[in-house]
Amino acid sequence: MSDNSAIAEGVLETSQHEHPDYLRHHFHDVEQQADASNFAMWLFLLTEVMFFGGLFTAYLIYRNWYYPAFVSASHQLSIPLGGFNTLLLISSSFTMAMGVWCAETRRKSGLVLCLLLTFILGLGFLGIKTIEYSEKIEKHHVPGIHYSLNSFLDPDSDAVAKAAGDKPLPLDIARHTEIYFSLYFAMTGMHAVHMIIGIAILGFMIFRARSGAYTDGHITFVENFGLYWHFVDIIWIFLFPLLYLISRH
Amino acid sequence: MSEHTEQAHHIVSPKVYVAIFALLLLGTAVTIWASYVDLGVLNPIIALGIACTKATLVVLFFMHVKYSSKLTKLTIFAGLFLFMALVGMTLSDYISRAWGSW
Repeated sequence: MSDNSAIAEGVLETSQHEHPDYLRHHFHDVEQQADASNFAMWLFLLTEVMFFGGLFTAYLIYRNWYYPAFVSASHQLSIPLGGFNTLLLISSSFTMAMGVWCAETRRKSGLVLCLLLTFILGLGFLGIKTIEYSEKIEKHHVPGIHYSLNSFLDPDSDAVAKAAGDKPLPLDIARHTEIYFSLYFAMTGMHAVHMIIGIAILGFMIFRARSGAYTDGHITFVENFGLYWHFVDIIWIFLFPLLYLISRH
Repeated sequence: MSEHTEQAHHIVSPKVYVAIFALLLLGTAVTIWASYVDLGVLNPIIALGIACTKATLVVLFFMHVKYSSKLTKLTIFAGLFLFMALVGMTLSDYISRAWGSW
């Protein structure tokens, strides 16, 4: 390595300002710096896996315990809305991946366009989520003192439950639908919080990318943000079948 | 010094991204279709199988893990293994303790 010989000759002290601004001086070179921050990002994402993993495990256990209630409650979710959201999120992951490629190949306008599309698709996802949440609020399916069991005690009074062919549940079983909705709001809510944080960072990145950032050879920030965004996509890839689909037939 | 100022790493081509995107869309369509078919105990297994396949595609290609260092690969594998161990131990506890008598 040329730097080792430079240290040996004591030249480094005079040449230490030759490195680019974005190379912190405690790193040997840009590659090592990129590897280190990439590795740290993965460690962070693994802590996120554990965090969401706790929610998934709780869902798994409660679903097995209170199966009939979970089946009826999951029928309240709309597959077209959930499916469309999956489409939006997978598309946003694709545009994000293309954004990283644009940064790697120094395409400034391409990068701005990709980040902007990712931003819009992310907002679209949250918009659909808002429609779904407001439906739940209107039908009193938000856990708490206003929670209503009507859709489950008397499915004929509820168009969605009737269409799904739900049988009336006895009160003690119907009560467990509230646990389903607690988990539904905890899981999709935490997912939405991650989306909101991601969209905020995307806004910042679009602003920076327009003035030429990330296309100067230093792409670590875009790359690591891409990892975060794809991770949020993966969480949804599991949430969609688990919450919307598996009790449908 | 100049060879150190560029980030030398594998650039995944847009063709790969398009192919993965198409596979993810296909997986979504299949998982929605499969959910309407009554396969009994197989329904959740198929849904999770498709989800795991999609997640693996995202991790390997969109997140570049296929092209990353052995350290990154080992770390991710270790993290996922720990996660599976934690879920497995939790479930074994619930199954062996009071399953069916809640």
